[in-house]
Amino acid sequence: MTGMEAGLLLQTEIEAGLIPQTGLEAGLLLQLGLGALAVLTALTAAPFLRSRAVGILCTLIAVTGFLTGLVAMLGGTGGLRISIALPMDPLLLAPDRLGGLFMLIVSGVGILVSLYSMSSTHGPDASRTAWVAMPVFLVGMQLVPAATDSVSFLLALEIMTLGSTVLLLADHASRATVASAGIWYSAMSQLSFFFILAGFAVLAAASGGTSFSTPQAIEPGPANVAFVLFLLGFGGKAELVPLHVWVPRVLPEAPSHVSAAMSGAMVKIGVYGGLLVCVRLLPDGPAWWGIAIMVVGGASALYGILQASVSSDLKVLLAYSTTENMGLVFLGLGASLLLRGYDATAAADAALVAALLLAVSHAAFKSTLFLGAGAIIHATGERNLDRLGGLGARMPVTAAAFGVASLGAAAIPITSGFVAEWMLLQSLIHGGRLDGAVVSVTASVAMPLAVAVIALTAGLALLTFVKAYGIAFLARPRSAEAAKAREVPPLMQLSLALGALFVLALGLLPGPIAALVGHTVSSNPSAAVQSIGLGGVSLPGIGAVLDPIMLVVLSALVAIPVIVSIIVSARGHPHRTVDLPWGGGGSRARPRMQYTATSYAEPLVRVFDDVLKPSRDVQVTHVAESRYLVERVRVEQRVSDVFETRLYRPVLNLFQRYGIVVRHVANGSIHRYLSYSFVALLIVLIVVSL
Amino acid sequence: MNAVISAIIIAVVQVVLFVFLAPLLIGVIRQVRATIEGRAGAGIWQPWRDLRKLLAKDPVRAAESSWMLRAGPVALTVSSLLLCVLLPLVGTISFLTIPSDLFVVVSVMLIGVVALALVGLDGGTAFGGMGSSRHMTVAALVEPTLLLSVYALSIPAGTSTISAIVETRLLSPEIIISPVSVLALVALSIAIMAETGRLPVDNPGTHLEVTMLHEAMTLEASGRDLAWLEVGSWLKLAALLGLVSNLAVPWGVVTDFSALGLAVGVVSIAVKVLVLGVMLSIGEIFLAKVRLFQVPELLAGSFALAFLAVTASYLVA
Repeated sequence: MTGMEAGLLLQTEIEAGLIPQTGLEAGLLLQLGLGALAVLTALTAAPFLRSRAVGILCTLIAVTGFLTGLVAMLGGTGGLRISIALPMDPLLLAPDRLGGLFMLIVSGVGILVSLYSMSSTHGPDASRTAWVAMPVFLVGMQLVPAATDSVSFLLALEIMTLGSTVLLLADHASRATVASAGIWYSAMSQLSFFFILAGFAVLAAASGGTSFSTPQAIEPGPANVAFVLFLLGFGGKAELVPLHVWVPRVLPEAPSHVSAAMSGAMVKIGVYGGLLVCVRLLPDGPAWWGIAIMVVGGASALYGILQASVSSDLKVLLAYSTTENMGLVFLGLGASLLLRGYDATAAADAALVAALLLAVSHAAFKSTLFLGAGAIIHATGERNLDRLGGLGARMPVTAAAFGVASLGAAAIPITSGFVAEWMLLQSLIHGGRLDGAVVSVTASVAMPLAVAVIALTAGLALLTFVKAYGIAFLARPRSAEAAKAREVPPLMQLSLALGALFVLALGLLPGPIAALVGHTVSSNPSAAVQSIGLGGVSLPGIGAVLDPIMLVVLSALVAIPVIVSIIVSARGHPHRTVDLPWGGGGSRARPRMQYTATSYAEPLVRVFDDVLKPSRDVQVTHVAESRYLVERVRVEQRVSDVFETRLYRPVLNLFQRYGIVVRHVANGSIHRYLSYSFVALLIVLIVVSL
Repeated sequence: MNAVISAIIIAVVQVVLFVFLAPLLIGVIRQVRATIEGRAGAGIWQPWRDLRKLLAKDPVRAAESSWMLRAGPVALTVSSLLLCVLLPLVGTISFLTIPSDLFVVVSVMLIGVVALALVGLDGGTAFGGMGSSRHMTVAALVEPTLLLSVYALSIPAGTSTISAIVETRLLSPEIIISPVSVLALVALSIAIMAETGRLPVDNPGTHLEVTMLHEAMTLEASGRDLAWLEVGSWLKLAALLGLVSNLAVPWGVVTDFSALGLAVGVVSIAVKVLVLGVMLSIGEIFLAKVRLFQVPELLAGSFALAFLAVTASYLVA
């Protein structure tokens, strides 16, 4: 176990010093140093320099994190040991392979976001406070996977949450929704933090230490309690149902580069936490853990994509789709736990690698999508799809990058999302049987159900992203703002293009990447996943192969005759351009007659009426002379979050009522407060004397 | 003979055969329907004449339409051609690094689905958007059935590679009439009918806005754009019918490469697809298109069949 080796090395080798002993130590120190420098620069730099200067430093922080993560993922050992004055163990930052992978993911997104934010931020987003928070957020995120004891883990987690909260609130003065989002975010992230803290406390009490690298056999009782607490805590961080309620409020309201970092990177910390618990801290859990994770993951995937598919707000759509993707990741993780319990090792390994690949590919495509949404907002000031349209011709680079990332999100070949989902499905359909025999009744019901959930999710994701891309970038502009849109500045284009390239590269060369990722979780990675052909991937344990480059070659070959005949036909018959589309003969010049995002999803709203519970409001204004003639019809449809209205509202109302009652208890009278403290003191004395 | 070379030959034969067969299949389906309904019909070669006509016309495009109107139809045709390469239609010998994996095949088909839906949206008309929206809704709801039914078929073979599934059924034909296989095939057929826009989900012969899915998306396309949309859809129908026929009646498929075997394979798949087309056409006469909002019920029914098939094959077998 690499973690254990790293721990042993730490004990013997590393004493805090100014001269770094290993690459990892140097990388971690450099990140902290650059972070401090960036904060100082943000505080002191002149406003016109601030975005550039701190943006460059943030990029450097992310690049350092990327390289450090790479070293750790390739098996580098060593780390940082920070002695503290408090009477407890020193803080240890020594990422193992898995931590390295997540450091890589988080800082990869960080690079894109930092580049983008240099030219995207303006107004309150570029304030001193916001730029101080940015490096804090990045460093915090990059340190969480490096932490090898629970104290530094929690510390880094809180630094990350603090940074992101400040960034979210940057624009609170101009929009009231931001403040409300801030309250939800703080409450929910502290709730998650509480669960994680409690989980670590249970673990520390049972094992007698805070370090991750000394795994000890833990009694089933505390292990189960810790597991449930961790599932709630990290589930909240990873936006899983029913702890996802902050997502549709926070991600849309944050500045787009921050939403990209939150959804692309911060959410992965929840995934990392899940893996940390299931693979490292509490390995070999009972079967019901796997089932619990699968249920939560499957429910999140379905609910998330359903909400995303009916949403007309581009950023809300992307936010819910994050819940969906994280649901799939946890579904893979749960399936892997369940299958390992039945000794279906090959399928379990494949499921785990698939979950990791999903996380990697989600980081690539979702950050690109959020940055693309930011570019749309930058160009039009609109994030309501119903008022967009025709942006493809006006913003070609954004359109291309958003298109590629949408294909990734819809799991279409040759993008990263496809490979990950393919691997997950392969592991599931081979999981039900081991050497021809049925492994268990549970698995024979769980696996087909999981396949069905993934299939429905994939189908709805297809619709969602056809809608998002088609309505925003194709057809005619639905508003004056969309008609006036111009392409965003070059630096934003660059980071969009980089993100899209990542999506394609991960999809075209999955083999080497999957093999690398396999090393981080499997003791015998070459049995789980191998690289074949030109970057193709093979799962030797279950006999499945996929070579996306071959797929490209084949499509190029069959496309040749088609393209030749087009060229021949185009020579004799050039196309004619007309002003207006035909529209079945009934088209008028008004672009408002086009389908909108709301109308696009209308059939789905009807089909899933019972789950979504839409509220519809139709107002008909008649012409004054006759009630048979209609002057205008106003239709308003709102799809609210069922979990929020049914689960959170009652609890919040309860607290509100409690607050009203408590007002009588604390009515401001000093005598009453003194008597309270007297009674409290009395109780303490009695308890102590017993 | 070398496996790679025979795989290449079979792929080329499949593509050429199905490019020829697909318009013929549509012609046969329409002619059978016309004959039974007491009409004269246009003859089985009419789709070929339509194609020749469309390719020799100037395409008309709206000024605000984008490159999607040109590229989408080509993408649809290419995805359908890829289906013809990947699926075991004439023979089960497939490429080593890109076998006829079920999930890959479905995703390749989805490329075409997406391309068609985007073409529908690109026109910027109410019709196109409506067709696109309905088409994607059906596609989303079909996917669980599609994957689960082939999952059920894959369990006896122990792999999701469709050529291996066909070979297993050829070796032990009793699998074909097992209840699991019948359930899965029925579910798969319903899914394919929905996916290719046949009755009772979509009416391929109508131009009324209340009924149409596929036609609405192609309204803005003309000339060669329309030609590729039509060819792509026909090829998809032909390839998927070929898949169903090879799963139900696998005999005649080439498993060991030889010239004679290849000839038999070509003839047998052509006959199977055309016979299935005739059956489809006769079946469609007795069916009315269901309301759009009853389609989910139909698909839920087929999903239940597929789910039953999978669990039964685990628990009963």
